[in-house]
Amino acid sequence: MNPKPAASPLFEIRDLRKRYGAKEVLAGLDFDVVRGECLVVLGRSGSGKSVTLRLLIGLEPPDSGSIRFEGREIAGLAEADLLPVRRRVAMLFQSGALFDSMSVFDNLAFPLREHGTLTGEALAKRVAELLALVRLPGIEDKAPADLSGGMRKRVALARALALEPEALLFDEPTTGLDPMTSASIARLIRETRQRLGSTVVVVTHDIALARNVADRIAFLDGGRLRFLGTLAEADAADDSLLADFLAGREEPDHDVDPNRRA
Amino acid sequence: MARWLGRVGSRFVGSGGRIADQAGELTILAGRALRAAATPPWETSAWIVQMEQIGVRSFAVAAITTIFTGMVLALQTALALPGLGVKYYIGTVVSKSTVRELVPVLVALIVGGRIGSGMTAEIGTMKVTEQVDALRAMAADPVRKLVVPKLVAALVMLPVLTLVGDLLGILGGLLIAVLQLKLTASFYLNDVLTSLTLQDLASGVGKSVFFAFFITIVACYNGLTARGGADGVGRATTDTVVLASILILVADFFLTKLFYVL
Repeated sequence: MNPKPAASPLFEIRDLRKRYGAKEVLAGLDFDVVRGECLVVLGRSGSGKSVTLRLLIGLEPPDSGSIRFEGREIAGLAEADLLPVRRRVAMLFQSGALFDSMSVFDNLAFPLREHGTLTGEALAKRVAELLALVRLPGIEDKAPADLSGGMRKRVALARALALEPEALLFDEPTTGLDPMTSASIARLIRETRQRLGSTVVVVTHDIALARNVADRIAFLDGGRLRFLGTLAEADAADDSLLADFLAGREEPDHDVDPNRRA
Repeated sequence: MARWLGRVGSRFVGSGGRIADQAGELTILAGRALRAAATPPWETSAWIVQMEQIGVRSFAVAAITTIFTGMVLALQTALALPGLGVKYYIGTVVSKSTVRELVPVLVALIVGGRIGSGMTAEIGTMKVTEQVDALRAMAADPVRKLVVPKLVAALVMLPVLTLVGDLLGILGGLLIAVLQLKLTASFYLNDVLTSLTLQDLASGVGKSVFFAFFITIVACYNGLTARGGADGVGRATTDTVVLASILILVADFFLTKLFYVL
């Protein structure tokens, strides 16, 4: 479970910059995502974590900088040229982003119909398998609006797993969930990695989740990478902001980084 | 004073630039939608769902609008010009003006307001709840999935509603001709049939095809570019009704000229 960063990178991010109006969200971000690892991206609200995830599958273009997927530049590619990446990398959105005009069944069947060959019985069987995987068997006919927040996230995870992606990107998977549901999400992330061997990137500010699933953590501050390493290295690091973040301590005034945006 | 003028000037130039940008983006969306609609795979089941939503559910409002328009037109013409014997030409007046002008425009305005606002609200809500991003992340094309079914349905159903509206408008005129003006039904209908040409019909229905196109593209564009939660979706919906109505009325003038030339 602890691959060394020497393994081949799946994503290589170099000097990534993104600005919304006057606000510079990413200010020259560099890091690699190693194949097969679980990288947890930590940072305070507004530190550019979620934007980084959106840039990784090209939902938005960066202003400048480079994102390589398996060595191939994908920053600024046209929508059609990003499709091969998106077929192999699934994203779980913060809200779950289930299609609320469709039943749970149609939500899970969507990627299978779109990119697979399954129909009829085989499709229904695969959907049932996916629901069993996230411990929600038999809810095919329900509408997303009838599900609790935790159930929606798990159904969304099942949908993300439908095509057995090589990499999974999680945007704040436990935000808004109670600690027990959060723990079950963490377990599902671990199980998914074991079963599929997928590379996982989790963006969160949930330290418990990070300790539960991370091989390495990346700590973002002010749109730049402040720390990258294993949890043990993070705990031992001589960085008061990171230590405060990991311990959940209030920010001391003297340590405010002038570049950071709240 | 000079600075104030400069500020006003730059604001005008700024909003002019925004309008130009928007016109460009609308054109691009229209092109992408037409290309996607012309190439397989065609999702005919989604088309049929939309036709039901756009066409069948707009029938009542279109029927009421057109039948009363025919009635009012007959009444106004006969009562406003009593001494000229106009009532003997009531069939001509009603049929020409409803079929060529009033029915296509009024149906487009009323049905367009209804379906356009619905399209923007639906797609806009999907946009702000990350469902549009989820579509893209699953390597599906939002234009093909969301815009094309609505465009095809509107292009089919608005002309159909216009044709039905033509009939009902003429029927409204008949009611007034018989009940109020004491003409016989056969006299009125004979007048309608001798004066109305296929060209009148084609001109009206032809307009409705253009109106359907404008309404759908504006509505889908405003939905896909909505941002900022419920508030943003509300604003986008209002924008759709305003812009679609203006486009319908302006385009009507040019289309009228065009169809008289042809």
